[in-house]
Amino acid sequence: MSRIAIDVWVGIFVAIGLGAMVFLSLKAGNLLTTSNAPGYRLEAAFDNIGGLKSRAPVKAAGVTVGRVENITLDPITYQAVAILRIDRQYVFTKDTIASILTSGLLGEVYVGLDVGGDEEMLADGNRIGKTQSAMVLEKLIGQFMLNQASSLASEKK
Amino acid sequence: MGRGLLRLLERLGAGTRKAVTRLGFASRFFVAVLRHTPAAFLRAPLTLREIYFAGVLSLVIILMSGLFVGMVLGLQGYDILSRYGSSEALGTMVTLSLVRELGPVVAALLFAGRAGSAMTAEIGLMKTTEQLLAMEMMAVDPLARVVAPKFWGGVISMPFLAALFSASGVFGGYLVGVQLLGLDSGAYWSNMQSAVDFRIDIVNGFIKSLVFGIIVTWIAVFEGYDTKPTAVGVSSATTRTVVEASLAVLAADFVLTVFMFRGV
Repeated sequence: MSRIAIDVWVGIFVAIGLGAMVFLSLKAGNLLTTSNAPGYRLEAAFDNIGGLKSRAPVKAAGVTVGRVENITLDPITYQAVAILRIDRQYVFTKDTIASILTSGLLGEVYVGLDVGGDEEMLADGNRIGKTQSAMVLEKLIGQFMLNQASSLASEKK
Repeated sequence: MGRGLLRLLERLGAGTRKAVTRLGFASRFFVAVLRHTPAAFLRAPLTLREIYFAGVLSLVIILMSGLFVGMVLGLQGYDILSRYGSSEALGTMVTLSLVRELGPVVAALLFAGRAGSAMTAEIGLMKTTEQLLAMEMMAVDPLARVVAPKFWGGVISMPFLAALFSASGVFGGYLVGVQLLGLDSGAYWSNMQSAVDFRIDIVNGFIKSLVFGIIVTWIAVFEGYDTKPTAVGVSSATTRTVVEASLAVLAADFVLTVFMFRGV
């Protein structure tokens, strides 16, 4: 085979190979919308984080505004401290409530931010004061059964 | 009895020594090939020719296998995921399995069978017919003229082939999930996009395919260069390339996966 023909085929090969990589990065990996902007950090302490993992999304009104960067246990209060990395373009009020939520019954666990009416805004390194822990399904069921049992007992009297 | 045991030990020791010596020679050979890297890029037409043989001619088998693997993943994934009522996660499952594991690994296994064996056979036959010796006589270094271009041709082709395998697999999963099983097309793509991370999934898959490319072509050119100059020697070297390269790829995949995806 002549050299030019080989060059053409290799060129086509490299071009579609690069195309496949771009396809995987943009279409599957969604490189464009997951901005690597540095953003700023917020802390939130929870009594129980349930199934929250690092890299879980942080959402406000359903829109992903950041990710959970790290989760540690506070050695003094025995609370779980989640460090949230928020995109720089979003700021939240000082009285924002952070809660751990689940999308669907078995879906992914994420941190939801509910904005309040304070005039001051959270800055880098601040701690979110009001938090709501994860709902642990087993505890809920246990509570429900206990209520049922006590209501049955009171009916009998 | 005593003599039999002694002979067994002797054979064990000789085998171990031979294996260690071969490993040492293979490592020295690897360094020598790397040192001839400039030669491979100065003689670009030679390297291009090797990319043609290793990459372009592997395109059909890679694209077809990727498509079928993706379609099977689509069917099996749908069956399992629908039991948990989360069949929308099919795109995520297909893409993550392909980009992280199956793309680099299966493409490397196919590459070892399709291109690696051909490299070994070509170099081995050149050695058997004393072409390599003839080159040395003419003061042409066979490492620079034959081995280094083959090595770099293979290493460059491999990441492209793995990416093509993954991409055609994602398309195969789309065909089965959306067109055949009636999943929503938006759910397929959007779930995939929210779960697949560029750095963790795609870059790590790319690193894997690059490492596998180096392993497979290294073994292929080494086995060719180390062939016994007989007809049987060439055939057994070709077999060894496929077996050793496949095992090495799977073992390296385990090691890389431990480092890359140990869980959070």
